[in-house]
Amino acid sequence: MDLMKIAEKAFEVPQELPKFKSGDTVTVHYKIKEGNKERIQNFRGVVIQRKGSGATETFTVRKISGGVGVERIFPIYSPFIDRIELNKAGKVRRARIYYLRKLTGKKARIKEKIVKIDNE
Amino acid sequence: MAGIIGRKIGMTSVFNADGKNIPCTVIEAGPCVVTQVKTVEKDGYSALQLSFDDMKEKHSTKPLIGHFQKAKTGPKRKVAEFKNWDKEYNLGDVITSEIFLEDRWIDVTGITKGKGFQGVVKRHGYSGVGEQSHGQHNRVRAIGSLGACSTPARVFKGTRMAGRMGGEKVKVINLRLIKVITENNILIVKGSIPGPKGSYLIIEK
Repeated sequence: MDLMKIAEKAFEVPQELPKFKSGDTVTVHYKIKEGNKERIQNFRGVVIQRKGSGATETFTVRKISGGVGVERIFPIYSPFIDRIELNKAGKVRRARIYYLRKLTGKKARIKEKIVKIDNE
Repeated sequence: MAGIIGRKIGMTSVFNADGKNIPCTVIEAGPCVVTQVKTVEKDGYSALQLSFDDMKEKHSTKPLIGHFQKAKTGPKRKVAEFKNWDKEYNLGDVITSEIFLEDRWIDVTGITKGKGFQGVVKRHGYSGVGEQSHGQHNRVRAIGSLGACSTPARVFKGTRMAGRMGGEKVKVINLRLIKVITENNILIVKGSIPGPKGSYLIIEK
C-alpha cells in the first residue's frame, strides 16, 4: 500500500478542510459551471457517512428539502468543493447513521456536542 | 515490443484539469535487470531477457542462480523477453520506468482473476430463461437449447457452455499513461488492468 500512497500524493492538491465526521452539520460550498460562468452553490445538511480512504474518500450529506430527503455524495478531494463549513458538531454513536433516513421531524434531530468549532 | 515487467499495486482515481474524476491503475514497473541478450547470430532473433522481483537464494535452484550470476545479480522471480529495442543494452544493465513517457499509450498483459467453474450466464453473458415463473422450476440460469434436432443430430464444436472462467492471459491495449514517477518506478495509467493486486504484468510501449 506504500506505493499507492506515493502515487496518490503525486496528484494531491493542498486543501484545508475542517475535521468533521458523521452526525456533524456542514455546509458544502460547491462550484457549479454553467456555460462559461462559475457560481457557488451551498448544500447544508447532516453528514451521514464518510467512506473510502486516501484519494477516493467521499462523504454523504443529507438534508430535507421541501419535505423530501435529499442526499448528495461529495468526493473529499473534489476540485469543485470551494470550502466546507462546519456548522454543528453532532453527538452520534455510529460511524454511518443510516437510521436517520427513516426518521422525520423532531425524531430526526441529533444531539449537539459542545466543542469549539474551528472554521479558521 | 520494448517493455518492462511490473506488478499491479491497485486502483485509485485522480481529478484531471477539467475536474473529471478519472479511474486509474497504479503499477510498479521494474527495475528489471537484463539477464540475457539474444542475438540473431546466436539465437536466430534479437531480444532482451529481463528479470524482475528479488528472491532469496534458498528459494531458487542452482541452475537459475548460475544463470543470474552471469548478469551479476541475485535470483529473480519473474523472467520475460522483450523485442524491438531502440537502444543497445548489455548483460547486467538495469532498465527502469524511465523508458516510458507521460501522455503516451502502453499495452499491459496480465492474468485475469480466476472465477472457478461458472455457468453460461456469467461466463458468456447468456440471459438465462428470463422469468422465474411460468413453470421454470430450477432452471432460471440454464443454457437452454444446444442446437437443432435430427439435423445435424449433434452439438457443434465450440458451442459455449459452462466451465472454468478467468485465470487467462489478457492484453489490454492503448492505455494512456497519466503519470510516471521514476524515483519510485510507478506508472499510473487510465483504466483497469487484468489480475489481482500484486500480480505480475508485462508492460509494453
